[in-house]
Amino acid sequence: MSGSGSSRLLFEGAEWTFDTVKRTFDAIEAIAIGELGLEPYPNQIELISSEQMLDAYSSIGMPIFYNHWSFGKHFVRDEKMYRKGYSGLAYEIVINSNPCISYIMEDNTMTMQALVMAHAAFGHNHFFRNNYLFKEWTDAEGILDYLSFAKSYVAQCEEKHGIAAVERVLDAAHALMDQGVNRYSRIRQKLADEEKRAEARRQHHQETYNDLWRTVPKLGETETPPDEKDNDSRRAALGLPEENLLYFIEKFSPRLENWERELVRIVRNIAQYFYPQKQTKMMNEGCATYVHYRIMNRLYDQGLIGEGSMLEFLTSHSNVVFQPDFDDPRYSGINPYALGFEMMRDIERVVTDPTEEDRAFMPDIAGTGDVMGTLKHAWAGFRDDAFVAQFLTPHLIRKLHLFKLGDRQDEPHYRVDAIHDERGYIEVRRALARHYDLAFREPNIEVADVRLKGDRRLELVHRITNDVLLSEQEAKAVLGYIADLWGYNVQLEGIDSDGASRYRYEASPKNA
Amino acid sequence: MGMIIVDRRPNPKGKSHANRQRFIRVAKETIREAVRRSIRERALGDVDTREVVDIPVKRIQEPRFRHSSQGGQRDYVLPGNKEYVQGDTLPRPDQQGGGGGREGSPDGEGEDNFQFTLSRDEYLDVLFEELELPDLAKTYLKDMTAFHNVRAGFSASGSPNNLNLVRTMRNSLARRLCLHRPRAAELDALEAEIAALETFGECKPEDDARLTALRASHATLTRRMKRIAFIDPIDLRFNRYEPIPKPEAQAVMFCLMDVSGSMTEGMKDLAKRFFLLLHLFLSRKYDHIEVVFIRHTSEAKEVDEDTFFHSRETGGTVVSSALAEMRRIVAERYPVEEWNIYAAQASDGDNYSGDREACTRIMQEDLLPLCQYFAYIEVLDESSADIFRSESNASVLWRDYKELADQNPNFAMKRVFSKADIFPVFHQLFAKARRAAA
Repeated sequence: MSGSGSSRLLFEGAEWTFDTVKRTFDAIEAIAIGELGLEPYPNQIELISSEQMLDAYSSIGMPIFYNHWSFGKHFVRDEKMYRKGYSGLAYEIVINSNPCISYIMEDNTMTMQALVMAHAAFGHNHFFRNNYLFKEWTDAEGILDYLSFAKSYVAQCEEKHGIAAVERVLDAAHALMDQGVNRYSRIRQKLADEEKRAEARRQHHQETYNDLWRTVPKLGETETPPDEKDNDSRRAALGLPEENLLYFIEKFSPRLENWERELVRIVRNIAQYFYPQKQTKMMNEGCATYVHYRIMNRLYDQGLIGEGSMLEFLTSHSNVVFQPDFDDPRYSGINPYALGFEMMRDIERVVTDPTEEDRAFMPDIAGTGDVMGTLKHAWAGFRDDAFVAQFLTPHLIRKLHLFKLGDRQDEPHYRVDAIHDERGYIEVRRALARHYDLAFREPNIEVADVRLKGDRRLELVHRITNDVLLSEQEAKAVLGYIADLWGYNVQLEGIDSDGASRYRYEASPKNA
Repeated sequence: MGMIIVDRRPNPKGKSHANRQRFIRVAKETIREAVRRSIRERALGDVDTREVVDIPVKRIQEPRFRHSSQGGQRDYVLPGNKEYVQGDTLPRPDQQGGGGGREGSPDGEGEDNFQFTLSRDEYLDVLFEELELPDLAKTYLKDMTAFHNVRAGFSASGSPNNLNLVRTMRNSLARRLCLHRPRAAELDALEAEIAALETFGECKPEDDARLTALRASHATLTRRMKRIAFIDPIDLRFNRYEPIPKPEAQAVMFCLMDVSGSMTEGMKDLAKRFFLLLHLFLSRKYDHIEVVFIRHTSEAKEVDEDTFFHSRETGGTVVSSALAEMRRIVAERYPVEEWNIYAAQASDGDNYSGDREACTRIMQEDLLPLCQYFAYIEVLDESSADIFRSESNASVLWRDYKELADQNPNFAMKRVFSKADIFPVFHQLFAKARRAAA
């Protein structure tokens, strides 16, 4: 295309056109699929303005979403940060759907568009399609239709029952999103069937009101002493203990209307859809960053992008993977892009040019020479915690100077438990893996029991690990929300690893 | 695998508007307080703008079950170790922060207040709610769609009735000249010559040649003429108009208030709301408004807004002093033919008994003929409401003004006990004006 016969450049300068975007996409695709062997969903690139990017931001990056005040709040905050220049906008948003939708912003330079396409449309996209968690827990085919169903369903409810009534349920359900996912088991379902199911529920409900609640407490009846046998069968019928609080409330709350149950279910489905992203944040970013790095370098090697462009890319890339030291004022935790990218590069190193140490540590992959094969295997079969446990090498621990710091509440100071030396590798690796394990990051709260007779109190248990309690004020606020959804009192008891009760909160519904 | 590229930029903007409205609803209490405060603190003319509202984060929290930031046994893995070896101890920094790097709240919000700016419309919505305006008045006040068209240059497209002949013809002429379109006269001359040769032709060979040449050039010219239109679409110029918000003339608004000791802060606050509303109404109608503040005890004085609302005075009450002062200022600075004059008077109804006659006289003879509207509100404490509800217990000033009100359609009066009483004055005012106009 370009004037001089010898130049193969896909584009020159910062300006982009639909033509250069398309041409560059094709060149990237040729590398991503032809050379790296990625297997993404078909791509759809959507061009948006910065304002639309802000819009998309505030509703968790999704193109369609129901209305709720909290998204308005986030929008106000994001917009202010952006306008005042405290934060830039993300260069891209990518949606785990089929076709995979990537947003690119009109303000970006052509080099950035190339970077974003390589990163999102091939890196993230490949990860979405191949990682086992996404395959098992999310439905890329159905998500957009489902969101649009959710949006109109919520709007209908607002019309019928008023914004305040809908908000009451959504506020409460949002508070439980972290505890609204199935972690270990799943009956596979298609989101496409959800709409039909919502209708079926409405019809079905009139006939078969929840059997469990048939015993309405009679006036003056005192609580029957629980006998053991009765207890067990009841707990079995309710499927207790249950870790998915939203599921339990949706199924068994004695007070909710059908449409309220449906709202709870919508929030639960969305929480479940995003759950894999939470578990694979570091790997997913690592994968996308590694892929864009490989692709951009390859484009440069092939003479398809110029030196200015390459320089611009490298500046942007090094900002993304910048990891400040722990004592740097800019430090705010481990940067998932940085660690992810380092680990992918490290795997590449072990596979192609291993040391003796690597051979001892990872005999399976050291020196096999199949970089993409090894990476694709890792991307498909692991989540963050397992990935660290499996692939963090002593070499990388040394390179990043990782160390483990212990904080014991009964000691007046921190203690350095392990550093990057022979004695420390395993411990650092185990601690870092655990840092990514959601089972440790998020409080473990489950439904322990319900008093079917008597006061119908819902009993939750917080299994305390490492003596870390809950942030009390917030926990009580959430408990209040649960009581609202449940319609009767709710109790939360903290039980530590020795089985001792550490605290007990109770909340009553506001409008009982 | 084909890639699809979709341009979403033309999609409607403001997708998050509905969410913003819901957010404002949730934060309503705080916003209302802020607006209430702003009514007290803002200058009259400044009401019609945006307002920055601080909302305590607690009120708009989205709680989750989260681990407490303190206590328990925790492990952190950190990058960038420089000198530590296993077993080293580090002092624990005060409270939060420290080893793990601060895990600010996951929402990224600190403890600070959440600050955001209400747009003009949102602000007015809340304000009107505060002033307890009926819906009709709200739309009237917010509506700024009075436009008139102003000439704004020329454009290449437009409707035929806006065609600018001069410009169009000038373009046409220029184009014809540049492209060497043959003029009609040229062609006529040729035709005449051809005709002459054909008629009187003696068939000299040179005439023959000449005729052929002439015919050829005639054909060329005709072709040329056909190809180059006399008026081409690119010549067309239309007058362009731009809608400009319609400024009506200018207005001056007089605020008169009794500031003697008997006027409490609460009464002044009510009075301020009244003035504010009048100002808003006027700012819809006029593009330029001046406000004159006259306060009085036993004598009157023109003051600035701050003094007007906030400083206290002691002394008796002579209402006519304020009226006379207004008359003087009008005569001096606001010629009636150039200014629309509005006046709003707030008082608790006291007047020196010897002043009653003077007061009515100035009103009837001098001021009311000058004013578009003159509104009088009598602000009263809730406590005295019962006593003054009935006409028979009316204050001195009220009784005198009552007569004026009956005779003058542009005079409105109202007792105000609470915020809700303020708007009806306007209702009365405009209803009267309409009747007068009819």
